[in-house]
Amino acid sequence: MNFHRPPTFADASRIAAAASGLTRFLAGGTDVLVQLRAGMVTPEDLIDVKQIPGVFDVVRTADGGWRIGVAVSGMDLRRHEDLRAEWPGVVEGMNLVGSTQVQGRATLVGNLCNGSPAADSVPGLVAAGAMVEVTNAAGVRVVPVETIPAGPGKTTLQKGDVISAVILPPRGEKGGDAYLRFIPRTEMDIAVVGCAVSLTVEADVIRAARVALGAVAPTVLLVEEAAAAIIGTTLDDAALAALGKAAEGAAKPITDRRGTKEFRIELAGVLARRAAKIAYDRAKGTAK
Amino acid sequence: MTKIHVSATVNGEAVEFLADPRESLLDCLRDHLGLTGSKEGCGTGDCGACSVQVDGTLVCSCLVLGAEAQGKQIQTVEGLAQGSALHPLQRKFIEHAALQCGFCTPGILVAAKALLEQNPDPTDEEVRFWLAGNLCRCTGYDKIVRAVQDAAAEMREAV
Ligand SMILES: Cc1cc2nc3c(=O)[nH]c(=O)nc-3n(C[C@H](O)[C@H](O)[C@H](O)COP(=O)(O)OP(=O)(O)OC[C@H]3O[C@@H](n4cnc5c(N)ncnc54)[C@H](O)[C@@H]3O)c2cc1C
Repeated sequence: MNFHRPPTFADASRIAAAASGLTRFLAGGTDVLVQLRAGMVTPEDLIDVKQIPGVFDVVRTADGGWRIGVAVSGMDLRRHEDLRAEWPGVVEGMNLVGSTQVQGRATLVGNLCNGSPAADSVPGLVAAGAMVEVTNAAGVRVVPVETIPAGPGKTTLQKGDVISAVILPPRGEKGGDAYLRFIPRTEMDIAVVGCAVSLTVEADVIRAARVALGAVAPTVLLVEEAAAAIIGTTLDDAALAALGKAAEGAAKPITDRRGTKEFRIELAGVLARRAAKIAYDRAKGTAK
Repeated sequence: MTKIHVSATVNGEAVEFLADPRESLLDCLRDHLGLTGSKEGCGTGDCGACSVQVDGTLVCSCLVLGAEAQGKQIQTVEGLAQGSALHPLQRKFIEHAALQCGFCTPGILVAAKALLEQNPDPTDEEVRFWLAGNLCRCTGYDKIVRAVQDAAAEMREAV
């Protein structure tokens, strides 16, 4: 295994593009090292992105959004009060990943690119309308987060592509988001279902919304019918019922040892309703 | 396989070692530096027996490559005692009998120290959540939480 520490994303991309065997990028290593040590994945080239300037930074963008470096850990996000105030759902999703020790290292981009359908930070990013910046030899492109996952353990990234930042849009006035997952215990488990909702309100009426479901399909789902069910409403009982139905309808889960297909479909509706209520209260500023 | 030359600071002392690129920081601490206090329980980041601090951040050393330690400040359980004077956490773990086999203890001591550095007066719930990644299969966690709280109280008085 060759260990690389490139000083720029262009160099990281060049090394990956030139590699003949299996390649991995090393962010927090909480997936890469587990797979390496288990003998599941032994990359020929391992490219550590943590020497690249700016990868540990969270900075305000010109339009009022955020640019999050690819090595920023879950713990760093939790400690960033402004970011957490604006995007509590994004941060709480990432903070559900693993233990204190894992939080010290694990990153959003690693969670996304590991490709687990149950990845806890991904629904929150998708609901938020987050983008990732991808660098390769041709230059830099910015694409929606939901275009990256391609199925369990797979992404749409091509050889030589490296993600160089996560970009959150401006939250604006009166916006709120939330992420909830169901697990059989309180800590350290993999989501049976996860759901994130992000919305904005004007005079208590929902103007815009995005609803994302995790662990109910091979990739995260952005459920437009679920968003449509609550846009234009004050999240009354009828809207919540329609939201739940839309979420259930979109869920295409499998039965495995974590839960049956039927249970997961029902959970998708329950979590969508609960997450929407939290996001709505946060948007109105009435959250506890 | 070319080895990587690594210079780091471990418990305040400058160290150098040659790491195979696949070796974890835990392997390097134990096998190259002779610091066997950090334990390998699972090797997959679940049990926390290998907990150390890297530049102050609590991590599982089994999920860090030795090569990543270049230029870093590493704190292990061996750095807790000052000469023959045990750290308050170590004394309180003995007083409260907060261990049986002791395999998880180094990791829990390091994790608890990291907690108290940033939160000198945690609630029991905060202690339990912080230590959720440190598994003990002997005592249960009550005595551990009590020992951490007692040490925290003593350390608050000392400042
Ligand atoms: C004990 C334990 C508990 C866990 N619990 C959870 C949990 O509750 N929920 C959950 O979702 N996950 C969990 N995980 C999995 C893991 O911690 C997360 O997926 C984490 O976010 C991965 O981030 P990382 O920075 O460590 O990724 P790494 O391991 O560094 O990388 C993961 C993947 O991303 C790719 N990658 C990294 N950076 C880039 C980049 N810049 N561009 C392109 N590709 C890149 C790598 O090639 C690799 O394939 C757990 C892991 C452990 C060990």
